[in-house]
Order: sequence, then structure tokens, then C-alpha cells
Amino acid sequence: MAIAIPKFIGMTKVDNMRYLPLTDNDRSEMLETIGASSVDDLFVDVPEAARLNGPIQSLPMHASEMAVEKHMRTLSKKNLAAADAAFFLGAGAYRHHVPASVDHIIQRGEFLTAYTPYQPEIAQGTLQMLFEFQSQVARLYGCAVANASMYDGSTACWEAVAMAGRVTRRKRAVISGALHPHYTEVVKTMAKFTGDTIADAMPSIDAQPDNAGLIARIDEDTSCVVVQYPDILGRLPNLEEIAEAAHAKGALLIAVNTEPVALGAIKSPGELGADIVVGEGQSIGVGLQFGGPYLGLFAVRDKKHVRQMPGRLCGETVDADGKRGFVLTLSTREQHIRREKATSNICTNSGLCALAFSVHMTLLGEKGMRQLAAENHRLACIAADKLAAVPGVAILNNSFFNEFTVLLDGDARAITRELSMEGILAGVSLGRLYPQVDEFSRGLLVAVTETTTEEDIEALCSALKGKLS
Amino acid sequence: MARYFTDEHEWIDIEGDTATVGITDYAQEQLGDIVFVELPEVGSMIDKGKDAAVVESVKAASDVYAPLTGEVTEANPALEEDPALVNTSPEEDGWFFKMTIGDKAELEGLMDSKAYKAFVDEL
Repeated sequence: MAIAIPKFIGMTKVDNMRYLPLTDNDRSEMLETIGASSVDDLFVDVPEAARLNGPIQSLPMHASEMAVEKHMRTLSKKNLAAADAAFFLGAGAYRHHVPASVDHIIQRGEFLTAYTPYQPEIAQGTLQMLFEFQSQVARLYGCAVANASMYDGSTACWEAVAMAGRVTRRKRAVISGALHPHYTEVVKTMAKFTGDTIADAMPSIDAQPDNAGLIARIDEDTSCVVVQYPDILGRLPNLEEIAEAAHAKGALLIAVNTEPVALGAIKSPGELGADIVVGEGQSIGVGLQFGGPYLGLFAVRDKKHVRQMPGRLCGETVDADGKRGFVLTLSTREQHIRREKATSNICTNSGLCALAFSVHMTLLGEKGMRQLAAENHRLACIAADKLAAVPGVAILNNSFFNEFTVLLDGDARAITRELSMEGILAGVSLGRLYPQVDEFSRGLLVAVTETTTEEDIEALCSALKGKLS
Repeated sequence: MARYFTDEHEWIDIEGDTATVGITDYAQEQLGDIVFVELPEVGSMIDKGKDAAVVESVKAASDVYAPLTGEVTEANPALEEDPALVNTSPEEDGWFFKMTIGDKAELEGLMDSKAYKAFVDEL
């Protein structure tokens, strides 16, 4: 006998199926206990005009699990998944290969169940992992101390701005025009509630970032200069020059990195004089994951700033018998102890994503990290050369790691949308990042990683040829 | 030189127009081993009753309030290297900061050493 699968949309009520476990009896008993006559009585404080009158329109009736599954499968087929396309999207979230062993290791019960250590010292394995994670981030960033992670790159960026305010006792942050606009938005949103002044700008669409323009905006009231490295257009700003100018005015340099793989090929921001280095760690171990959860990285170059850092810090110590052990340290900075005077509201960390980062980084090792970076750059160079040969395409950058900006003879946002219908995700258009700026509409950010094949690059070039000729 | 005390367990030495501020022996005893002192910036203005410094021990982090209104003229550099000075010499070498006295009338509400001793004995 065939199993009849009921239709989901527009189906009739199935009396014995329900998502909510309460019966009408349960409800009336609860209402009686609290002395309300109906559920609606509980909402009388909501102004009547704002209250929903009757059931939600066009919401389908509940359906069986099998019917819902089938419906969702149909919907999911409308997606164009990253792995099913020639994929060139980046702009702060990169598709990298995550070895299967990473997922296997992070799912071990010993790691997975010890989410956030409330009685930290009892979870020595978790603490050791965090300590190793911090050591890796500190080395990658060229810094003395890294914390046990933040929520994501953008919130880490804000935390750095707030920290610079505490260190310098100034409240004006100068933001490079070439910082990811979403990061700038997060910083501005947070600053609304702290009274900090955020001096932001638009990026200059040139082969090199406008260092002189940025430096000219630093004054004696500036707490920090925030610079992305590589920047939103894939270019490499001269951090040393900016660090020198910032320090001359008593301001800190905050370097923001959205692609940690780049640091396998280019000098670390700490080495170049950045005081606080923050970024997104998603590229290593975490995956795209539909946009989150991601992993904020946070480090300071000089140990003297450690007490102004946000977030948890794991430290190494010895126990009463002289054996190596780990503790959460300098907790007096944190909210559960210092309350409103804490250095940050964050009182946790992205534990599982940090673990994934750390496991992947450990598997790579320094040599693997350098090879991975070299492979990314090699393929990006091939893509840039091939794209430059397409009539109607010009490469903007004269330096890049694995992502660069091209200018198309046409509206890049419209063209990328058309290409997506052909199974090619050509990149992130500047029109999407800066919808209000018409003169950016020709710009397209193209990211290339080790997952990109030469066939993908060919497919992109020939599809663009078709659109631009 | 006159020494005054506050009910927040700070001592204040007045010498001419300058006040030297620290925390009392009783306070350091309550706090336990002191591991860090955050001092106000020289040149900053502080208001009586508002936060001026933070003292952190193995037990807790506590605020030190400004006992008077004025401008910070000096912060004890020795505390950066050796915060435990606050434990070993709270009322001498472990001073926190020096400040100008904006309003001498503010001294009137403070205790002398006899009154402070009586205050502590009551606790």
C-alpha cells in the first residue's frame, strides 16, 4: 500500500497533528491558576492597534513531518549552493576547504559538551584548547596576547574601538574608508550608545588605498585609526606609515583582517605597528555556514594593554604540585565580576568555532598555512590575469592577496545577478556593498581560494565576455 | 601636614594646596593581596565622590573614589611595578595620587585619625 503524503500548502486541518503540546484543558487550567479568562487577556498591555486581530493570514495549516520535509526539500532546491557554482564571493566571508577531520574532532563529546566553562578549572581540556587557540591567534597577528575569541569580526572591531577609547581616554575614532562597510555600520551602531564620535569615509576607488587622506584625518582627539588589511577592495595599505602617524598624535592603530589565510603570506599587522589587531576567523575551520556563527579574533601587540582587553583570557599556570595547568585569568575585567564597569558586555566566547579554528590551524601547521596562502594567491593571480584579458574588464588593484576589485563596462550588480542564473557566483558587487553610491556601480569584488578551479575561472571569464560584448 | 580620612577608607594628606591620597591599612587588609592599581591620568580633573582609581586584589576589583574635587598632579609610579606596596606600606609608600584642592570647604566633612579609628572599630 502506498503512503499518501498530504499536500502542505492549502491542505486541510489534520486533527491529531500539532506542533504545540498543550491541550485546551492544559490552557484553561493554567489560565484559571493565574486568574485570566483567556490568552488574549495576557496581551491587554499591548495597544489594541498593534495587536493581531485573528489568525495570521496566509500561514498554512500545520502538516505532517513528512509533508513538511518534502516541502522544505523543494524550497532548498531553489538555492544555489556555494559548492554547486563557480564561486567567487568573498568580502569578509570566504569559502575554504575544511578537512573532514576538523568536524570529527570538534564533535567529540569532551569538547562539544563543555561549552562555556562556568567552573572553568575543572574543564582543563577546554582551557588548554583555548590557550592554544590564543597562542595561534597571537602568532598569526604578531601580537603578545590574544583573547579566547569574540562573536565575529565586526563586533571584535567595535570592541577594539571601545578599548582604544579606554586606553587613550579619547572618544573620536577615525575609520578608514576601505573598512568593510558592514563593520563600519556595527561600529556606528554601538557608538550611538557610548557617545563616541565615529569619523568614517567612503573608499577611494584607486589602485592603492588613500593613506595620505586617512593620515590627514588623525588629530589630537583621535583615540584610534581603524584600517582593514587587506582592505575591502583587496588592497594592502601601508600599515607602518599609518601606525607612525597615529602614534605621533597619541592614537592607537587598530588593524582589521577579514581573511586570516592572507597572514600566511603577508607580514602580520602586529609586526607593522598595529596596537590592536582584530578580525574574522571564519576562513579557518569554520566554513561559510549561511553567514554564521562566525569567530571574532582579538589581540593586542603590547602586553601593557592586557587589562583593557575585552573577553575571556586563558592563562597557563602551575598547580600546588608544580604541574602545568590552565586557568581563566584577569577576570576582574569581565562583566560577571566588574558589572557595569567591565571592559565589555561580552562574558563568553565563540567556543566551538574557536575550537574548529584551532583544530584546522593545528592540522595545517606553519608550513601548511604558508602553502595554503601561496595556493590562494597563485590562483588569484591566474584569475586576475585571465579577467584582465576580457574586453570590458579592468583590474583596479596593483596589490592583492586572494581578492581584488575589477571594474566592468556595465552595472556589476545587474551582471552578477544574471550570471547567478547561469550557475556562476561572480563576486560581490560594490553596488551591493554601497547601494547609495552610483559611481561604484561598475565595481566587483572577486575572491579566489584553494577551492576555485581553473575551470571555474574559465567559466567566469567566458560568461563575462558574453555579458560585456 | 594634616591627615584626613573618608568613610570609603581613603586617607588624604594635606600639604599647602596639594592633597596626597591613598587607601588605609584597614582597606588593604580587607582587600587582601593587591595585584594591580589603575591610577588616574595626570592632568585629569576628578570630582569628589566619583571614581578616581581602581584597586584590584586576588579577591575583588574595587573603585577608589575621589575624596575631593581637583586636578591630578602626580600618580605613584612605584605602584605600576609593585602594586603590593599598597599591602606593605598602605599609608606611606603605597600612596595612589596627588591632586590640587579645588574647594577647601570639602575638607570639612572628613574625619581625623581619631574619628576614623572609632569609625573602623564600629564596623
